[in-house]
Amino acid sequence: MATSAAQRFGRRLASSVPRRRFSSSAAAAAATGGSAVQRTQNPSLNLCSAINQALHIALDTDPRSYVFGEDVSFGGVFRCTVGLADRFGKGRVFNTPLCEQGIVGFGIGLAAMGNRAVAEIQFADYIFPAFDQIVNEAAKFRYRSGNQFNCGGLTIRAPYGAVGHGGHYHSQSPEAFFCHVPGIKVVIPRSPSQAKGLLLSCIRDPNPIVFFEPKWLYRLAVEEVPEHDYTLPLSEAEVIREGTDITLVGWGAQLSVMEEACLDAENDGISCELIDLKTLLPWDKETVEASVRKTGRLLISHEAPVTGGFGAEISASIVERCFLRLQAPVARICGLDTPFPLVFEPFYLPTKNKILDAIKSTVNY
Amino acid sequence: MALSRAASSPSRAALLKPLAAAISSSLFRRPISTDTTPITVETSVPFTAHRCEAPSRTVETTAEELVGFFRTMALMRRAEIAADSLYKAKLIRGFCHLYDGQEAVAIGMEAAITKKDCIITAYRDHCIYLGRGGTLLEVFAELMGRQAGCSKGKGGSMHFYKKDAGFYGGHGIVGAQIPLGIGLAFAQKYKKDESVSFALYGDGAANQGQLFEALNMAALWDLPAILVCENNHYGMGTAEWRAAKSPAYYKRGDYVPGLKVDGMDALAVKQACKFAKEHALKNGPIILEMDTYRYHGHSMSDPGSTYRTRDEISGVRQERDPIERIRKLVLSLDLATEKELKDIEKEVRKEVDDAIAQAKESPMPDPSELFTNVYVKGYGVESFGADRKEVRAVLP
Repeated sequence: MATSAAQRFGRRLASSVPRRRFSSSAAAAAATGGSAVQRTQNPSLNLCSAINQALHIALDTDPRSYVFGEDVSFGGVFRCTVGLADRFGKGRVFNTPLCEQGIVGFGIGLAAMGNRAVAEIQFADYIFPAFDQIVNEAAKFRYRSGNQFNCGGLTIRAPYGAVGHGGHYHSQSPEAFFCHVPGIKVVIPRSPSQAKGLLLSCIRDPNPIVFFEPKWLYRLAVEEVPEHDYTLPLSEAEVIREGTDITLVGWGAQLSVMEEACLDAENDGISCELIDLKTLLPWDKETVEASVRKTGRLLISHEAPVTGGFGAEISASIVERCFLRLQAPVARICGLDTPFPLVFEPFYLPTKNKILDAIKSTVNY
Repeated sequence: MALSRAASSPSRAALLKPLAAAISSSLFRRPISTDTTPITVETSVPFTAHRCEAPSRTVETTAEELVGFFRTMALMRRAEIAADSLYKAKLIRGFCHLYDGQEAVAIGMEAAITKKDCIITAYRDHCIYLGRGGTLLEVFAELMGRQAGCSKGKGGSMHFYKKDAGFYGGHGIVGAQIPLGIGLAFAQKYKKDESVSFALYGDGAANQGQLFEALNMAALWDLPAILVCENNHYGMGTAEWRAAKSPAYYKRGDYVPGLKVDGMDALAVKQACKFAKEHALKNGPIILEMDTYRYHGHSMSDPGSTYRTRDEISGVRQERDPIERIRKLVLSLDLATEKELKDIEKEVRKEVDDAIAQAKESPMPDPSELFTNVYVKGYGVESFGADRKEVRAVLP
């Protein structure tokens, strides 16, 4: 069990560095507007440093923005908020007591007064006390006040996902719960350069957003991140690998596992197209539909349990749109329908082999 | 401090005299383990009360109880230190929150209640489990994720449970166990069996909204609930003065009476819990704030020295350590010799080592256990391995 986790670790490390250059150069080019600037060597950052940079820029560019949460002042338990309190002062970067419901409710109020409130929930597993505030208050504020008020300046950041030893309460992927709530957006980055651009977009977007950060990649994912202020568009999925036989859709840390499966599938002569959804709500149906029209097959993978996971929504929507084009049932390779286990984590997770097997069965249906 | 007061103040000397006279002759030395003659001891500090009358500082105990305290606390301490080593050796994975320094709360509470009373706590639960009658084997096996563990290896450090002893666990989400504890108390009131529920939480959880919701319900419906704030002054790395406007957690209940207790004094804890149980059965909920301290960091990932000085930790260890306090008391009352106490510690060490060795032999849970106990029956979900042809099982 320890070895397989280490192998997974190693594999992520191996895959994250060379592979992401493919998409990051595309993103960097898009960010610079494709203009003919000399490509200077951007510094390599890991995910938590990229997020830290994004927060520095966000606080710098808007004097009415605030970062708060449990333990953010000293830098945060994952070091994502390092240096913010020193640079911007305790009036703008401050600790809250241990009260998630209070943190989000407070953030909604702060945002309702026209400020940019960046609330941190220490682990996504702890977001549930705040669920009522997010679903019933944040998501419906603009709607129920007839656009008189809104809490668009609210962004809630939370580390999510498996980390190898997290167990029940440090590994959950709760994105599906929030995707069911019209009025908020749900965004999940896959890499450092993506995270910086997406987080800046989220903070500046005039809607309340829940931003899940894959904690496994905080230290592990390293790539070149442009130092300037740039945003990446929300609700636009990105095709990070082109192919012709099957479309794979995922988000966050799971993409690196799917990439490995794609490489293995290529050795078996299967050409896979891999799409990073990036924004789960509202999600880019057009890109996925166009891809499935090209390939005729779809596979979705996420760490959250399969029943009721967001893969179900993608599957249903694509079947509605592409029914006659589909050559095989939509496959979902996801976490099992159990609480996130401790010792059984390697069995629970949607691993490369499970995905590879599903790719083959779908292609050979 | 209590001991010197006990020895030197004239009123106390009068109480101790008969005992001292009896044991002055070594020929008539009573055996330490079975002596149940009541001894009276004064607690280290008086109780501070909120909306109730503080119980007396004078606690009744016996030699048997005191030596028992020493033994069990030494066992708890040894077990936690052993868990530290096992974690560093990567035999325990995941999270591990150690209780050393706070043993007096677990032991004092047990001394005041029965197994019909319920205890529910947060994730720092190893010693509470031991206090409720759990065995060392079950503790270490569960920590290492083995089948012989109290939760069959599926819970881990934060999820110890013992149904036959009324121990409702073991909870990872901060503060979530408090409303549960109130629910337990409601059931006990319904059953009319003179039992109470102790819902333990920390100074970090004291700022959670659900605590106040639970207090309101308990007070409104007159439930036999005792909410115990184990105030070790740090919520993970945040000192209480940075997290709480009012660090007087025993007063936070407002309309609910409260008592502040020296949580490093096992006898004070016992007295407070006894008082609280009587109070809860007659008058409804009460809050106990245990002023205690943890030597380790929040968990094994926390060195525990970045937000407090090593001097502070060693200061508490020297002046307020619960085991040392009992040791001094036992020695001053001549209930055992130094050597006997050291022998107890050696025995305890051996017990812990034996339990660890036995736990290491226990196997990991079978992979099929991944799917058991999600539902009771009839879920019928399919699960299959990488090769879709085999290992297709309908989940129970």
